Amino acid sequence: MPAPPSYPAKPTQVYFFATCLVDTVYPEAGLAAIRLLQREGLEVIFPKAQSCCGQPAYNAGFPREARAVARRQLRAFPRDLPIIVPSGSCGGMLRHHYPYLFAGLPEWEAAQRFAARVFEWGEFMRHVLQVRLEDRGPPLRVAWHSSCHALREMRIVEDSKALVRQLAQVELVELAREEECCGFGGTFAVKQPAISAAMVGDKVTDIQGTGAGRLVTGDCGCLMNIGGALAHRGLAVQGQHLAEFIWERTHG
Amino acid sequence: MGERPAFDFRGNILRALADGQLRRNLQSAMDGLIRKRRAVFDDPAELEALRTVGQSLKQAALSRLPALLEELEANCTANGIQVHWAETAAEANRLVLAICQGERATRVVKGKSMVTEEIGLNHFLADHGVEVLETDLGEFIIQLAGEPPSHIIVPAVHKNRDQIARLFHARIPGAPYTEKVEELNAIARRTLRQKFFEGQVGVSGVNFAVARTGSLCLVENEGNGRMCTTVPPVHIALMGLEKVVARLEDLPPLLRLLTGSATGQIVTTYVNLISGPRRPGEKDGPRELHLILLDNGRSRILADPELRQTLQCIRCGTCLNHCPVYVRIGGHAYGFVYPGPIGEVLTPQLEGLARAGVLATASSLCQACGEVCPVRIPLPDLIRRMRTDGACQGPGGPEDGCRPPLWESLAWKIWALVNTHPGLNALGNALLGRFGRRLPRRGPLAAWSAVRTPPRFAPKSLHALAVKEGLPHE
Amino acid sequence: MNEPARTMILSRLRAAVRGVLPVAPPEWNPPALPGGEARIERLQRLLEAVRTEVHRVPRTAWVESLKPILRQRGVRRLLYAPGTPLGRSLEAGWDDGAGDLPRRIPFERPMEDCKAMVFEVDAAVTSTAGAVADVGSLVLRPDAREPRSMSLVPPLHIAVLDSAAVFDSLGAIMRAQKWAAAMPANLVLVSGPSRTADIEMTLAFGVHGPKALVVLILVD
Repeated sequence: MPAPPSYPAKPTQVYFFATCLVDTVYPEAGLAAIRLLQREGLEVIFPKAQSCCGQPAYNAGFPREARAVARRQLRAFPRDLPIIVPSGSCGGMLRHHYPYLFAGLPEWEAAQRFAARVFEWGEFMRHVLQVRLEDRGPPLRVAWHSSCHALREMRIVEDSKALVRQLAQVELVELAREEECCGFGGTFAVKQPAISAAMVGDKVTDIQGTGAGRLVTGDCGCLMNIGGALAHRGLAVQGQHLAEFIWERTHG
Repeated sequence: MGERPAFDFRGNILRALADGQLRRNLQSAMDGLIRKRRAVFDDPAELEALRTVGQSLKQAALSRLPALLEELEANCTANGIQVHWAETAAEANRLVLAICQGERATRVVKGKSMVTEEIGLNHFLADHGVEVLETDLGEFIIQLAGEPPSHIIVPAVHKNRDQIARLFHARIPGAPYTEKVEELNAIARRTLRQKFFEGQVGVSGVNFAVARTGSLCLVENEGNGRMCTTVPPVHIALMGLEKVVARLEDLPPLLRLLTGSATGQIVTTYVNLISGPRRPGEKDGPRELHLILLDNGRSRILADPELRQTLQCIRCGTCLNHCPVYVRIGGHAYGFVYPGPIGEVLTPQLEGLARAGVLATASSLCQACGEVCPVRIPLPDLIRRMRTDGACQGPGGPEDGCRPPLWESLAWKIWALVNTHPGLNALGNALLGRFGRRLPRRGPLAAWSAVRTPPRFAPKSLHALAVKEGLPHE
Repeated sequence: MNEPARTMILSRLRAAVRGVLPVAPPEWNPPALPGGEARIERLQRLLEAVRTEVHRVPRTAWVESLKPILRQRGVRRLLYAPGTPLGRSLEAGWDDGAGDLPRRIPFERPMEDCKAMVFEVDAAVTSTAGAVADVGSLVLRPDAREPRSMSLVPPLHIAVLDSAAVFDSLGAIMRAQKWAAAMPANLVLVSGPSRTADIEMTLAFGVHGPKALVVLILVD
């Protein structure tokens, strides 16, 4: 695992990399992340040519297709600006796997430079913007879910939790098996549906046990998985992306 | 081994998931192993340094494997060990049988060894009139039950004491029914002592072989390994040829990693260093000692710079213990000898992608395995590599058993097309926003929505909203 | 020897590593321990944690210290190695007439001729070549006079350890005693009595080898 990144001084402009799931399923989480960046005085640029980081194909064993899509992203963020990603998993793909994906190819250097500009949203909020959050919401118990790639690849879970802990009225509770995968895993959920179902079932039971009213996570893959399972079981616990949650608590 | 039953991964998984007892047995065992490992490696910085040492030592040994094996052979021979080479499982089995037949031996006692499982030694010998008795307690239990091991380190971990009590009572003559662990152990001790006493050949694996001194290192807790390598007149040790290390000084860090990762012990009860058969004047120990060096695909694995890392494995089993998939389906579901993450990587390489490539689907790539591997095998990367090879996008081709999955290849081609053309992407998003909630629940969506509500595609994508918000875009 | 297999395997391996740069193996130094008394204390603590009975006994009177241990455990037949320093002091300090002392049984013949005896004695006393404090292991180097089964087959193993031979780590004792120069046929590290956790991960002792281990540490 590479060394943790060195954080730049606060810039005036940043790129926003939406991720495909935020783009199509959770745009409100993306908007919240953008607004919170803007609230800190940044100009947020949204390159139109961006699409997916390529991880789904890459992890499924289709690196050719992943590379084609990744090449597109390398071109979509040309200027030397930080690239902010509201996902530990896509962040891990961009930061840690792009250099690997282009190893031995002409794009390798570009991939290296690109990777060095990538920051997960919460990580950037904490270390570069050093935000101070003022909680305006009512008391609430919240369970946190760490995505595996946020935890083991980007290693930014403490940053996410530090942001939640700034919210004075929010009680952050730990899951019994916080570090265990929720069973999403991209195509894993459809290639091994029974195992994935067993995993998310256990995750939901774990969440239920905490008595939390909200499940917050920094990754929309997990959110879609856990949130879908919570809803399928008819539980009142709402799943939410970290950025949307913070926006809701601190805005207005 | 053509008689092996067809491999029905899906069926195995469904049966395992439906077995609540199995799930409880595994979860409590794995939780215990994880806890113990954490307790013995209580200094994270020290552990990371140690893992780096372990990785480097194994890589160093692999980088000069042929030279080390020749050195090992020469020094073992000088120590009076008879060294044999086997290209395949069948060859190794025949070597063992020939030694047994030369001794007119019909009773073999065996210590726990994964490589003998890999080559199917017990069945082969039994078919040729040689009875093999497993003497490790866990292996003894599953041998009584007629099952293969379900874990590399704790082979009977899927069974609880009630199941073992019934098994002992039914299969061991004169054994009373008891659920007390101490009494079950005592029954096993009585039964096996007699077998050690009568054993004509002892068979064992090897954890590490030291080239420079011609020594075989075996770690164990029970003492059955010592029994098998001390009491019978002949000892046969089998090892995969990746088990060789250069020097005696390489052992301390590797042993610390192995026992800490496997069982959370700072050291096992016994660490045997065997450097030859009984010497002149000695009163015990085997008169003959044979070492069988097994390739069985390893030299092919070594030739690939990435897959080579598979051979760093020291068979500690900790990737199984930490795997959220293994803990739910258990070892038998994987259908082959090596389960869990290491099995997902090793088995397709040993058995071929056509037979075993499907194993690589059993991972969410959560990376828990890669995080704990004592020799830093990048298991998630290698699992992904197996998928890549299986999709015919690796360096190999159809001759290596890959079958390009037609519909899936097509799906990814369309996906790539959409994600490289902004216009198509926008159109796709708009269509999903409009009709996504009414997609028929077939194929992937059916699998998804069995336990989840389907994803709710947004009427307007963030691309569209960003334009509406007036965000600068490039 | 299966010469064709050997040739084929080695030639494939050579081809496989051609061009691979040899990696220099790193050194590993386990965390240093405080020396002297603390080192012995650590050894004792780790051994006791795996159900081993440890006694510190005067160097010159270890046989006397052994007697009550054997009496208390009801040992009736004690296997020992004649001709070793331990064996000689045991012979000298043993009053065979005393009815409550176990009978001394010398290991004198090859295993084949006395297998039943070895499997039937209650206990054996052996020397040790030293100990490793950081992991809590005894080092045994069985030889022609002191066979390896002594520390394996009888239900009780009594190991006599010289306090001067306790080393920090496995690496330290390997270097100090120059193991690599001449390995015995059998060298074994022993850390406690035989154990298993194969049934429901429940720890149980004495599954195959000794059910109990007693260590006498000789001090001045």
